[in-house]
Amino acid sequence: MARSSAAEGPAGENLSSIPSALPANLVEFIEVEKTYAGHVIAVRRLDLVVRRGEFLTFLGPSGSGKTTTLNMLAGFERPTRGTIMLEGRSVDRLPPYERNIGMVFQNYALFPHMSVAENVAFPLSVRKVEKRDMSARVRRALEMVRLEAFSERRPAQLSGGQQQRVALARALVYQPSLVLMDEPLGALDKKLREHMQIELKQLHDQLGITVVYVTHDQSEALTMSDRVAVFESGALAQIGEPDALYKEPANAFVANFIGENNTLEGTIEQASKSSCVVRLRDNSRVKATPIGVMVPGDPTKLTIRPEQIRLAEPGSDEDTCLEGTVEGRIYLGDHQRLLLRLANGQELTVKIGADAGFQPGMPLRLAWSTADCRAFPASP
Amino acid sequence: MSENRAPIISAEPRLPCGTAALAGVSAVSLRAKLRRLMPLHEEMRALTLAVPLLALLIVSFGVPIIALLSRAVYDPSIVNALPRTAEALQHLSAADPPGDDVFAALEADLKQDQAKGSIFEFAKSLNSRLSGARSQVLKTARLLAGGAAFSKSELVAAVPFWGEKETWSTIRGGAHGFTSFYLLSALDLRWGADGLTSVPAGEAVFLRVFARTFMVAALVTLATLALGFPLAYLISNLPPTLANLVLVLVLLPFWTSILVRTAAWTVLLQKFGLLNDALIALGIATERLELMYSRLGLVIAMTHIQLPFTLLPIYSVMRSIPPSQLRAAHSLGARPLTAFRRVYLPQALPGVMAGCLLTFILCLGYYITPALIGGASDQLISNFIANYVNVDLNWEMAAALSFMLLTFTLLLYAAFARFLGLDRFKLV
Ligand SMILES: Nc1ncnc2c1ncn2[C@@H]1O[C@H](COP(=O)(O)OP(=O)(O)OP(=O)(O)O)[C@@H](O)[C@H]1O
Ligand SMILES: [Mg+2]
Repeated sequence: MARSSAAEGPAGENLSSIPSALPANLVEFIEVEKTYAGHVIAVRRLDLVVRRGEFLTFLGPSGSGKTTTLNMLAGFERPTRGTIMLEGRSVDRLPPYERNIGMVFQNYALFPHMSVAENVAFPLSVRKVEKRDMSARVRRALEMVRLEAFSERRPAQLSGGQQQRVALARALVYQPSLVLMDEPLGALDKKLREHMQIELKQLHDQLGITVVYVTHDQSEALTMSDRVAVFESGALAQIGEPDALYKEPANAFVANFIGENNTLEGTIEQASKSSCVVRLRDNSRVKATPIGVMVPGDPTKLTIRPEQIRLAEPGSDEDTCLEGTVEGRIYLGDHQRLLLRLANGQELTVKIGADAGFQPGMPLRLAWSTADCRAFPASP
Repeated sequence: MSENRAPIISAEPRLPCGTAALAGVSAVSLRAKLRRLMPLHEEMRALTLAVPLLALLIVSFGVPIIALLSRAVYDPSIVNALPRTAEALQHLSAADPPGDDVFAALEADLKQDQAKGSIFEFAKSLNSRLSGARSQVLKTARLLAGGAAFSKSELVAAVPFWGEKETWSTIRGGAHGFTSFYLLSALDLRWGADGLTSVPAGEAVFLRVFARTFMVAALVTLATLALGFPLAYLISNLPPTLANLVLVLVLLPFWTSILVRTAAWTVLLQKFGLLNDALIALGIATERLELMYSRLGLVIAMTHIQLPFTLLPIYSVMRSIPPSQLRAAHSLGARPLTAFRRVYLPQALPGVMAGCLLTFILCLGYYITPALIGGASDQLISNFIANYVNVDLNWEMAAALSFMLLTFTLLLYAAFARFLGLDRFKLV
């Protein structure tokens, strides 16, 4: 962790002072459920742990319950069932203003009638911090986000990225150990978003705070997070480190949601613990690694990433070989993408080196290794 | 009495130009936006589109107001009735008593008025400036009609009225046609022989009525605020369908005429009316209150009529405050009351200001409701204006009172704008 430049920042001192006796789990969701109006299930049976000091991202499509989960943690919504533990204590009865959690909202929620400095001073003044101490801390917080020159401006006189940084300074100035961010970069353009991602990550590393971050942008989740929790329609689909999610997705949803994947449908013909044979629609057979327990006859979804498919050498002995025809080609400089149609009519995308030339209509033989091809139980 | 004859300030509350239905921006920022959007010549072109409207406004609104208000300072009745006297007085300084030439001119003028039959009109208009003058003028005219010529001393001996300083300073005051008399009267002041003085306590009435008008307007404004603010907060936090329902209930009175609503209140406020019945039944009052023809009844009825005017601007501003504002305040550690006071209230304030100002200014012009529900001591300035227009036919006094009312209102508006900034008024 690089803590050189901002080690004197507001929360810089709080990092070194974390007593080692504190529990490693800052937050625990225990069987938390949230329903609206009795029947809309926003979050179902969520068991989730936020570790102290980590950057955890909630990733999922729209409506998958990320915001609801975050709001329950912040105290704006009450779980219908289950308990949320913060620092080892249940916060079910704790109102948001007593949780000491920092929050950055998607639209920033800066107070328009206050100057930048007053906005940042707000959490300190409600905590009755002494005047001199307060202005020093406000100044340090604004220096941290490099906005010290803007302290007298109103939020409306700032750009989106600057407003975002004010919101950040405001959420950090009172040194909460946990900071929640609900799509904080959603309103920014791509370039600024990438810039802010780096800044956020640096701040996290410098301050040693715990961040729970919500996004539906997977590249944002993968680049910034220590761990990612993938949500699917109210349930936690998988939680893990970014490369684990990419390399070892636990279910077909995660396999398809994280990164690009080809999906083929088929039926299990033989199954062992480490490999299985799957019959595709045109009766061709493919070897794959089964995820979960499956028995012959089960429907299955095979996933294989475009970059793990290669052209079979003529006459070579591969685990899996399929015939296909080139339908389209996109040249991308360092590589090219081929759109293929298999003999059984299914489509397949292949990412391949840029040297070889392909014409539409060209027949190809494709191969991949069994370890890269995963067979998931197909949900009925 | 017909409503539309009350000049200048219409007592009929109109829908404010920016109720919740109209989406708008404050004038200042709108202009800035327009300027950014289009170059100057396009702005001019946009302006030409508004020319018919402007013309209509000027013809139907501006010109009549100016014409009417000018009656407050221009009253040619004396100079018309006494042209020779006015001419003779021109050569005299204010300190000099009028000499024989002035009296000769006066006699000639009065004879002519008597012959033309305009003497009664003159007597009446002089009387409105100087009480008791009417009978003196008519008496003199009868004397002169005998054909005899009077010298100055003879006339003064016969009618001592003409020897009084007060008489001549009044005539001198009207000798130009332009007069400050009515404007000063509207403030209970008089420009007499010994300079600017207050009128005698028994005649002073308008300052008290102005004070009463402002008092009632302030009371009604406060009452609508006390009722409207929590209601607006409630509506803006209800789910949309329910909010619309409550809003319709609030607005329902809007869709009936003010006369009907006032009449309804006269029924409710009777000694044996619904309100008294309810108070007795609930045990709040032990004996029946005199609500009709009382200040309390007037304020109750006006509060009901004005409630939507105060509520709507507040509501529309509250609706524009995103819920994340309060959430943010809570997450930053502010308790509900602190969050409300430091984050919500300041943002709702422009709406509060606009609603209160709107109600206050409309209350200043109330006419029908005080006339029907208020007692004799609850009549507001508009009732006096209407009386001067309809009954006394003293349009000069009506114009002067209207002018004062308009001035007070504009001053108030300017003070608000100065201290709070016009762009902080949000009707929407
Ligand atoms: N106040 C509410 N009343 C009823 N249903 C709600 C309410 N808030 C959220 N929901 C429902 O709960 C589900 C989860 O919503 P949530 O806002 O948590 O999704 P999200 O993952 O944050 O989505 P997004 O990426 O679009 O922000 C949705 O189906 C939504 O319709
Ligand atoms: Mg959300």
